[in-house]
Amino acid sequence: MSDESIISAQELRFSYGSPDDGKIVLDEVLKGININIRSGEFVAVLGHNGSGKSTFAKHTNAILTPSSGKIYVIGIDTKDENRIFDIRQNVGMVFQNPDNQIVAAIVEEDVAFALENIGIPSDEMRKRVDEALKTVNMYEYREHSPHKLSGGQKQRITIAGIIAMRPKCIVLDEPTAMLDPAGRRDVIETIKMLNRQYGITVVLITHYMDEAAKTDRVIVMDSGTVILDDIPSQVFSNVELLKKIGLNVPQVTELVYELNKCGLNLDSHIITEEECVNALKTILKEE
Amino acid sequence: MAILRTENLTYIYGEGTPFQKTAVDNVTLEIQKGEIIGVIGHTGSGKSTLIQHFNGLLKPTSGKVFFNGVDIWAGKKVLPDLRFKVGLVFQYPEYQIFEETVYKDIAYGPSNMKLDKDEIKRCVTETADILGITSDMLNRSPFELSGGQKRRVAIAGVMAMRPEVLILDEPTAGLDPRGRYTILELIKKYNKTTGCTVLIVSHSMEDMAEYAQRIIVMNQSGLFCFDKTADVFARSEEISQMGLDVPQITKVFNELKKSGIVFDDEIYTVRYAKEKILEYISRRDGTGLCSKI
Amino acid sequence: MLKDITIGQYFPGNSIIHRLDARFKIIITIIFIIMLFVADGFASIIIGVIFMIMSYILTRIPVKLMFKSLRPVIPILFFTAVLNVFFYEGDVIFHLWFIKITDEGVKNASFMLIRVISLIVGSSILTYTTSPVALTDAIERLMSPLKKFKFPVHEIAMMMTIALRFIPTLIEETDKIISAQKARGADFENGNLKQRISAVIPVIIPLFVSAFKRAEELAIAMECRCYHGGEGRTRLRKSQIKISDFTALACSIAFLAGIITTDYLLK
Repeated sequence: MSDESIISAQELRFSYGSPDDGKIVLDEVLKGININIRSGEFVAVLGHNGSGKSTFAKHTNAILTPSSGKIYVIGIDTKDENRIFDIRQNVGMVFQNPDNQIVAAIVEEDVAFALENIGIPSDEMRKRVDEALKTVNMYEYREHSPHKLSGGQKQRITIAGIIAMRPKCIVLDEPTAMLDPAGRRDVIETIKMLNRQYGITVVLITHYMDEAAKTDRVIVMDSGTVILDDIPSQVFSNVELLKKIGLNVPQVTELVYELNKCGLNLDSHIITEEECVNALKTILKEE
Repeated sequence: MAILRTENLTYIYGEGTPFQKTAVDNVTLEIQKGEIIGVIGHTGSGKSTLIQHFNGLLKPTSGKVFFNGVDIWAGKKVLPDLRFKVGLVFQYPEYQIFEETVYKDIAYGPSNMKLDKDEIKRCVTETADILGITSDMLNRSPFELSGGQKRRVAIAGVMAMRPEVLILDEPTAGLDPRGRYTILELIKKYNKTTGCTVLIVSHSMEDMAEYAQRIIVMNQSGLFCFDKTADVFARSEEISQMGLDVPQITKVFNELKKSGIVFDDEIYTVRYAKEKILEYISRRDGTGLCSKI
Repeated sequence: MLKDITIGQYFPGNSIIHRLDARFKIIITIIFIIMLFVADGFASIIIGVIFMIMSYILTRIPVKLMFKSLRPVIPILFFTAVLNVFFYEGDVIFHLWFIKITDEGVKNASFMLIRVISLIVGSSILTYTTSPVALTDAIERLMSPLKKFKFPVHEIAMMMTIALRFIPTLIEETDKIISAQKARGADFENGNLKQRISAVIPVIIPLFVSAFKRAEELAIAMECRCYHGGEGRTRLRKSQIKISDFTALACSIAFLAGIITTDYLLK
């Protein structure tokens, strides 16, 4: 991890305008957000629907620009329209429904889509497409039609389409929400590998607490503000707060919390099964 | 008498073509009235195909399906009204919404049943009541609602037909934790108030641990088991090998068992785990730790 | 059903024909169609048929598939052939009550049959051996001179690409919505015309709603991947014209010339 800032939001505010009785009513979705994500980080963003997390995600790619405040992506102000493709090449986005992101009827053509747009020469493109497909373990499907693949496979294709651009960062907006457990595992493994092996910064927006527990840092959003921003074990130790805003904690964290409420004295920062098993062993065996 | 029963149910896709595939293989099971039943299995295990037989959307290649003891395919066509007696809510049901108002959309099913106007109104308002759909919402366009609300309206559309069996295919898919909890609680409430048998197809063993009394496990087109929830969780190692996600709690207690800490019961929910651990400690120490369980 | 129709389907392979440049295949197909229409005698159209059969053999696609794709059009062919048999004046070779068959009628009917069947088989060779993607690509490249006249060539090609990608998805979606409405008691099989039309509304509206949602999400996803129209775009597939492409083209022109000469000589 270096100190290079990939995404830096400063007092970021954003409002949607919707017409009502001839007047425009402003609905403020982001209410002054400060987030700094450094190169190489693996960050999860949690929050219930409508908490503003997807709106934030769209700001990292200049799909939306702030109503007030600033967001710098790889040091570029996203309002600078001349450099919009620099931003989009360096911060790729993956969305929830893989079906609605795949453009071409052949896997490799789809992976090449972004490269075609930024004008990479054919030979170089061929190399990058093959590489990207091998990275997500979908190379053998390169000539298949995407609609016959499983959800997890499709989502890995969309990830390949992003990493072919060789971005510094990937922002994934609930990439596993529509997948079955096997697909979810594949996608999360792929994302983790991209972060660990290739040093790509990852921002993972998710509803699944177990996915968030595996990251380096968890940001919790609620009604347009950041309410927690820390390492996972610290964040999840706020069981009451998280439940109040409609989120969950990993089952083991909840168990520890419940037991401690009854007078036991376990470490409240437990978030993995292994930690929980060890803690329970100690208290259950001691005599 | 069982409300639903299958006898050697087999379904083959694309018979006689090179793409032939047995989707459901020789499944025999009986579902009793009033239960909440979980249906789990990995993608392609045949669970979705199986449930589409229960309301006659698919006709078995061989074998039989009985509703209240009557063979649903005894005649040339499926038993009349079966679709109203066995309600089926598909995955992402909000994509079937089409009417201008929530009321009209929920009324679509009941009006297909050729009920009179008052009867339809009663069906809609009663269902809306159970699902917490306010009268203000009933007059709004369903397309203005949030994702979770739309889902509720779509489910209400099937419930309003007052089926004797309600089958939901992954009713919580794509929702956030609060949305998932709300939907499952409402389904439970519906089961309690109406006594309707409910089948929930789910990928989440965690949710099934909370809500299902019995669980059907499908694996590779066949019925792996159909048992009480506790008995199914007793086989969690096998289930996990099928590629399904076993809850964290179950994994923790499986580990504890391996290291010699054995509980007399299958533990698969946080609530029960807490109870059992406290019981274990107070028995060992002879002290009543935390009486306020 | 819908998916049983093999006209227009693509059968992956690696034959000489498969490997030909799609643009050349389109041009050759057009030349072949011209052959069929300039030929006005049996002798000359046979030359075209020989060209077609040779090409078909080179594709190495089982003949069975071709018959399968012809099957749905057989009734139409039969009907038109029968009409042709009756409506031509000439020497009567068969007479029964008001039915009379003339030699000219038979000749014309069989000539027409050969022409139409060849047309179907010939264009099927194009679609059988060319992936839809390559086909769209070729159309875009062939039309690219039109860009000078502000004709939106890239946009049309992109629309075709997206349509190809989403047609199977939307068919699947339609099936799902139909099942869901059936489960709510919708009846698509019975009733009079008016009832049947109104039964379709619960399918059409959700389909549109979802198609619009998909379009919106796809547009954002495309924007995220730096899409900004055709300007400065490169392609993954290089267009490499090989000697074999020119040979094939020359071959087809030779056959066309053969047909024209034969017709000329026989006159």
